[in-house]
Amino acid sequence: MKTAVNVEKITVAYKKTPVLQDVTFSIPEGQLVGIIGPNGAGKSTLLKSILQLVPKTAGDVSIKGKTVQQQRKLIGYVPQRGDVDWDFPTNALDVVLMGRYGHIGWFKRPKKKDKEHALSCLDKVGMKAYADRQISQLSGGQQQRVFLARALAQDASIYFMDEPFAGVDAATERAIIALLNELKKQGKTVLVVHHDLQTAEEYFDWLLLLNKHLIASGPVSKTFTTDLLQKTYGGKLAFLSSS
Amino acid sequence: MQEWSQLLTSANLQWVLLGTLFLGMASGVVGSFVLLRKESLVGDAMAHAALPGICLGFLLYGRELFALMAGAALTGLLAIYAIRAITAHSKLKQDAAIGIVLSVFFGFGIVLLTYITNGSAGNKAGLDEFIFGQAASLVFQDVQILLGTAIVLLMIALLFFKELKLLTFDPLFAGGIGLPVSFLHGLLSSMVVLIVITGIQAVGVVLMAALLITPAIAARYWTEKLGIMAMLAGIIGGVSGVFGAMTSAVVPGLPTGPVIVVCATIVFVCSFLFAPARGLVFHWLKNKKRDQAIWQEQVLRSIYELLETRYKEHSTSLVFTKKELSYFTHLPPKRVMKAFHDLQKQAFIGNMNDGYFYLTDAGFQKAYQSTLQYRVENVYLMYESQLGTPPFGTEDRDESETALDTMNTELRHLLKKENLEPISFQVYKTTFKPYQNDI
Amino acid sequence: MSYDMWIILTGALVGAACGIIGTFLVLRKMAMIADAISHTVLLGIVGAFLVSQTLEGPFMLIGAVITGLLTTFFIQVLDSSGVQTDAAIGVVFTALFSVGVILVSLFARNVHLDVDHVLMGDITFIPFHTIEWNGMTLGPKAFWLIAVVLVIDIVFITVMYKELKITSFDPAMAFALGLPVTALHYLFMSMVSITTVASFDSVGAILVVAMLIVPPSTAYLLTDRLLFMILYSAAIGAASAVIGYYIAQWLNVSIAGSMASTTGILFLLAFLFAPQHGIIAKRLARRLSVTES
Ligand SMILES: Nc1ncnc2c1ncn2[C@@H]1O[C@H](COP(=O)(O)OP(=O)(O)OP(=O)(O)O)[C@@H](O)[C@H]1O
Ligand SMILES: [Mg+2]
Repeated sequence: MKTAVNVEKITVAYKKTPVLQDVTFSIPEGQLVGIIGPNGAGKSTLLKSILQLVPKTAGDVSIKGKTVQQQRKLIGYVPQRGDVDWDFPTNALDVVLMGRYGHIGWFKRPKKKDKEHALSCLDKVGMKAYADRQISQLSGGQQQRVFLARALAQDASIYFMDEPFAGVDAATERAIIALLNELKKQGKTVLVVHHDLQTAEEYFDWLLLLNKHLIASGPVSKTFTTDLLQKTYGGKLAFLSSS
Repeated sequence: MQEWSQLLTSANLQWVLLGTLFLGMASGVVGSFVLLRKESLVGDAMAHAALPGICLGFLLYGRELFALMAGAALTGLLAIYAIRAITAHSKLKQDAAIGIVLSVFFGFGIVLLTYITNGSAGNKAGLDEFIFGQAASLVFQDVQILLGTAIVLLMIALLFFKELKLLTFDPLFAGGIGLPVSFLHGLLSSMVVLIVITGIQAVGVVLMAALLITPAIAARYWTEKLGIMAMLAGIIGGVSGVFGAMTSAVVPGLPTGPVIVVCATIVFVCSFLFAPARGLVFHWLKNKKRDQAIWQEQVLRSIYELLETRYKEHSTSLVFTKKELSYFTHLPPKRVMKAFHDLQKQAFIGNMNDGYFYLTDAGFQKAYQSTLQYRVENVYLMYESQLGTPPFGTEDRDESETALDTMNTELRHLLKKENLEPISFQVYKTTFKPYQNDI
Repeated sequence: MSYDMWIILTGALVGAACGIIGTFLVLRKMAMIADAISHTVLLGIVGAFLVSQTLEGPFMLIGAVITGLLTTFFIQVLDSSGVQTDAAIGVVFTALFSVGVILVSLFARNVHLDVDHVLMGDITFIPFHTIEWNGMTLGPKAFWLIAVVLVIDIVFITVMYKELKITSFDPAMAFALGLPVTALHYLFMSMVSITTVASFDSVGAILVVAMLIVPPSTAYLLTDRLLFMILYSAAIGAASAVIGYYIAQWLNVSIAGSMASTTGILFLLAFLFAPQHGIIAKRLARRLSVTES
């Protein structure tokens, strides 16, 4: 199997001490990957440093054998919610259309084709009816879906999603997971920061267990063990029903 | 020299100096609260908004200082209210609200100003003094008012310090413990209005904001305590005021307000760059040092891991090359070079002069410590709940030894269990002949 | 064309140009950076004068762009080193403005460059400084300057529309897509500086700030579509200029001040009566929903 993401000894420090240290893993193509770890473990930081949104002190990242800069078009990113101005004068369709900008290129306008594509992405997340809504008039879960649709519209082959399930209801979560599985079927790789251990085993093929250091990276069957999970959470998991 | 002493003894300059001193002090203190409440530019808006009030006061009562100031206070407060209303009742953000209020109020002030000018036969009545300030021509009466205001403000700040502090840091909590939050809000707003309307006579509308912001932000760099910060800001403001007034008295044609602002800004820039702990240079050096330390540690650890692997494979070679390490650490060659250079300077790494390097005794010790440290942390994070306080300082990990000396048996046991215990460098010493002879 | 007509036209173009550029300022939450630039441009003009000894358009534009970028740069440096944005803006613009005032009072006393003029502009005298070409009088310099800048602004916004939009809405996403977010930021701030200085000569700093911030804010309350916001904003800016001019004539007061006040009046109207985001509409909607339930 080819490698989608290869990370070698990433170390990131915001202040004096590193928040990620010597994190090394590599993920084969076509996997649905869950990134799991306690609050402050550095999950968001890991995604951001892979995408070069924060500087690394040390370490290498390659995406399908090339640098991130060379592969921007292959990468889709769904940030942890709430960083945008929801009052921005733009509607749901417009936001999704922004996902196409990487393909449209400088100075050009989105074509009809792009709009149709954006609409179909909205449709996939069940938000077609809201295409014309100003984004502040959507509920939190709906906003999340619009952002997901935007990532879909990017037509990336590797997706990085920071807690896409935060604040969405169970039905939406199911819908999103179905969608991610469909992406997987198309041979795409999806990395998802996830908090719910109850569902982790069921959702993902591959797990990254992270707590400043990498605890484990591998297929769910090998990594979703009480022992490793306990280690990830410093032995603080009181209760783990699924194992 | 003659001129200087003459200048300094001139009664008028003495008034000016006293006035700017107290103005600077009071605005520094009030500015500290304003700054921490993230309302710095509200002060700017208020200064601009004073103009229409001054004109209205003039239109109604003529050039009565009290009327002008009352007018200024009124429109100043109105401006604050307008900013709050716009942010509360529309989707506009604070920056836009401030910009709207500032420019519209000032524009309206200009309208009134020209109305007065045209109406009373070209007699602007010196109202445009308020736009640019006339610190150099402060007279006894102005200084009296300035002094009075400044002293009142300083007293209020002292008296209500505790309450204002809480209001600044956590208004919700302040409300929760039963402080009269809206009264305190009003009090602070009134303090700002008061200092602004007295200050604009001296430094003008445009630069009044600087007196509130610049000393306070400069002071912020030297302390984490609000009390000390307010005091420092007062001192910086006062010194800038005196220095600005003196300079402009000595150099003909130099306007007072701008010179005061430039002085305060110089203090700020110095603080911004050189203050210990928060200054830019300090920060930069600290980050650079941190990165280099991380690289060195990474290199040492990698060397150790390399040797461990070899040991397990029963290889006896204890030397390594830069290229090998670059591959092993995934650091760019340049950084490995730098780390090697630094480690060699500290005599942790020895050079065999043919591209091969080796760990010195001290280097072995250090590499062992780093590796142990790293793995202990790793294990600690895995078993945090079973272990007590961390074996390493969470923020300061400078003293690697101290932590590990006291490492408890439990941790050592866990290290073994996880198969992470570093092979002691004693082992190398006994197993292998000294490396110098080995090659 | 008549004397009045030139003033009105120039004012309207200022309103339109500032309205267009200002839309993105408001959306990027950089309204007060506009205030800062409109003050520090003074330094650019003085600097350009000290270097070139003239007050000709091109030199002023270059000086303005340089100080505009410098202002942006300083604010950015302070901001990214942990100074609160509002304080960073306050420190930078007051400092640069002070340096400008000091330079004027030391070296450029007798030039037509008094600070009064900088703050309030001199729109009344616009028609007297005209451009001549082949013996023909083509109209006031100020008019042509702002006309050219307006065209540049329109071209800029049209060409960069989608890049400006995404960097304003979601800079992190734009960066992840590989757009040069910082370079775009500086390019945009250059446009703000050019627009400011072109407007400046005729209407002064205060009106520039008003025109850059107030009409876009008004438009923001009237629509939820970016394109419409730009168009409304330009129209409101131009309308404020025209209405302001006539009010000024009627009351015999400062034209620039009156135009600024008019933007405020239009904003107040929108704030109260805007169909969806106005206070009254919101109150009504709330009351309706209460009675319904
Ligand atoms: N911009 C920043 N400056 C300083 N420290 C930061 C910054 N961002 C994150 N940190 C610190 O880095 C550590 C890792 O943060 P990160 O956001 O990556 O955690 P996370 O695993 O995503 O947590 P969560 O589950 O809460 O989202 C935390 O200790 C956090 O305090
Ligand atoms: Mg996170």
